[in-house]
Amino acid sequence: MRAVIAEDSVLLRVGLIKVLEMGGFQVVAEAGDAEGLLAAVAEHRPELALIDVRMPPGFTDEGVRAAMEIRRRWPGTPVVLLSQYVEERYAADLLSANTSGVGYLLKQRVADVADFVAAVRRVADGGTALDPQVVAQLLLRRDSDPLARLTLREREVLGLMAEGRSNAGIAQALVVSESAVAKHINNIFAKLDLPVVDADHRRVLAVLRFLGASRA
Amino acid sequence: MTIPAGLRRAVLRAQRDTGFLAAGVLPHLALVPVWAWAAATIARTGNWLLTVSLSAALVLLGTPVLTAVQRARYRVLIGVDVPRLTPTAPEQWTWASTARWLAATWPWRKIGYHLLLGPLLALLELLVLAVAAACVAGVIAYAWSWALPTGVRQDWFGYLTQLPAYTAAGLLLLCALPWTARAVARAEARLALGLLGPSQAQRLQERVDQLTVSRTDLIEAVDAERRRIERDLHDGTQQRLVSLAVNLGLAIATCPDLSSDAREVIARAHLEAKEAIAELNDLVRGLHPAVLEDRGLDAALSGLAARTPLPVRLRVDLEERVAPNVESVAYFVISEALTNATKHANAMHAEVVVRQVGEVLRVRVTDDGLGGADAAGGTGLTGLAKRVGSLDGAFHVSSPVGGPTTITAELPCAR
Repeated sequence: MRAVIAEDSVLLRVGLIKVLEMGGFQVVAEAGDAEGLLAAVAEHRPELALIDVRMPPGFTDEGVRAAMEIRRRWPGTPVVLLSQYVEERYAADLLSANTSGVGYLLKQRVADVADFVAAVRRVADGGTALDPQVVAQLLLRRDSDPLARLTLREREVLGLMAEGRSNAGIAQALVVSESAVAKHINNIFAKLDLPVVDADHRRVLAVLRFLGASRA
Repeated sequence: MTIPAGLRRAVLRAQRDTGFLAAGVLPHLALVPVWAWAAATIARTGNWLLTVSLSAALVLLGTPVLTAVQRARYRVLIGVDVPRLTPTAPEQWTWASTARWLAATWPWRKIGYHLLLGPLLALLELLVLAVAAACVAGVIAYAWSWALPTGVRQDWFGYLTQLPAYTAAGLLLLCALPWTARAVARAEARLALGLLGPSQAQRLQERVDQLTVSRTDLIEAVDAERRRIERDLHDGTQQRLVSLAVNLGLAIATCPDLSSDAREVIARAHLEAKEAIAELNDLVRGLHPAVLEDRGLDAALSGLAARTPLPVRLRVDLEERVAPNVESVAYFVISEALTNATKHANAMHAEVVVRQVGEVLRVRVTDDGLGGADAAGGTGLTGLAKRVGSLDGAFHVSSPVGGPTTITAELPCAR
C-alpha cells in the first residue's frame, strides 16, 4: 500500500518510514509542511497519509487542517494524525465529517511498533484508531448523559472500542475472557440504546457517532 | 605644601555652591520688574484691567523660559535634576478628565516659584554673597587696610587692636561659609524639586503608570519565554526522544534472533525512553500548552483533566476567549490545583468550574482530599497567588484539615 508522510522533523521521518515499510507500506512521498503534503496527495493519491499535527509555518494545528482538506478534496483517503499531545478539539474536528479511515495517535505510540502498525493498517482498511488519551478526553465531558449509567469497567471497554480495538484486543488489554467482553459490550449497547452490529468498525462508528452527537 | 584632600573638597564645594547661588540672583529677580511695573502703572493710571492682563501674559510667557533656565542652573551647577513632567492627554475629553489635565498642566506652582518665591530666594542669595564678600575682606584686611585714608585707618583699623579681630572674624565666617552655602543651596533644590518638578501625586501617578506598563511587559516576556522554551523542546529534544524510542522499538521488532539478555536490555531501554517521553511531555505541557493559544482555555482544559489520574468534573462556561495572559494564568491555577489534589491531598474526585461573570473570570477547583493546604506555606500555592496577583486578581484557598480544598481565583478579564 502506498503512503505519504508529512513530518517536519527529518530525524523522526526516517524512523516513520522504516516503521511503515515494516508494516507493508511503500512510502511514495515525504513532506515537511501542509502545502507539500497536499501536493503529494494530489500527485500520488496514496492509500494512507501519516501527518504530524504541528508543522511549519505556525506550529499549531496545520496537520489537522491539512487532514480535513484531504478528506474534503479526496474523500475516503485514510489519514492518521500524529502529535506530541492529543487534543479533544482536534479529534472532534477530524471526526466531525466522517469517522472511517481516521486515526489520531500520540507520537510516542509509534515506538510500540507492532501496535502502531496494526492501528495504521486498521485505518488504511477504513477503520479507526484513536489514542486512549483522546478517548479519555472525549468521555470526560459526558458525565450528565447516558454514559454516566455505565460502570467503570464498561467505560473502559467503551474507551477501548472507541480506540478501534476488536473484542480479542479488548480482552487482551483488560486481561479478561472474550465472552466477558462481549457481555460488557452488549450491556453498553443496551444502556446507550445502540443497535447491536457485529462489524468491528461499524460499532466504533456507532460509539463515535454517539460521542459526536452530544457535543455542541 | 600639600593641601589636605578634605580641605580641598570643602573649598571646591563652597566655591561651587556660592557660584550656584550667585547664578540664581538674576533669574530669581527676573519677574520683579514685571510686577513692579504693574504696581507702578496701576498706581499712576488706575488702568488695572489692561495692566494686570499684560503682566499676566508676560508672566505666562516668561515662566517656561525661566523654568528652563532654572533647570539648567540646578543641573549644571549642583547636579540636581528637576524632573520634567508632560501629563499624557486624556483619551476622552470629558469635563472631569479635562479638569485633571489642566490641573496637571497649568503651571501654578512654577508661577508661584518665579513670581513670589524668586525674589525671596534672591535676597537670601545676596545675603550669602555679602557674607562671603565680608569674610574674604576680613581675612585679608591686613592686605588692603594700608590703602585707607590715615584717619579712618587709625580709628578703625588698628594694626594691633581691630585688625586681628577682623581677621579672626573673617576666618570664622570663612569656616562657616561652606555650610551656609550648602544649606541654602539644598533648601533651594528642595523647593525647586517641589515647585518646578512634578508634584508628589503626579510623580506617584507617573510611577504607577510606568510600573503597570513594565509589569505587563514583564508578564508578556515571561509568557513569550515559556512559549519559546516549549517550542525549542518540542522541535528538538522531544522529537529526538521519540525517534530514539521508535528506533529501539524497531530493534525489538526486526531482530527476533537476539540473545535474551540483549533483548531484555533493549526492552528496558525502550521502556525508559517511553517513560522519558511521558515525563518530558508533562513538563513541556506545563510550560505552555500549544492548544491554549490555538483553541483557548476550554480546549486546553480537556487535555489537562483527562491526564489527571483522578476523575475530574469539568464545567467551563465562557462566551468568548479572554486575553491570552488571563487564559494562561487560569490554566496554570487549575493545573497546579489538580497536581496538588493528586499528589498531596490523595483526593478521589476533583471539580473544575470556570465561569465568566461580567468582566471577571472565576476559576474554582475543589477536591475531596485531605485538606490542610497552606496558601502561605506551599511554594506552589504562593507561586499561584503571585501569578494571579500579577493580573490584579484575587486568590483564595480554603483547605480545612480533613478537606475539602477549594481554590478560587478571580481574574479581571475586560478586553
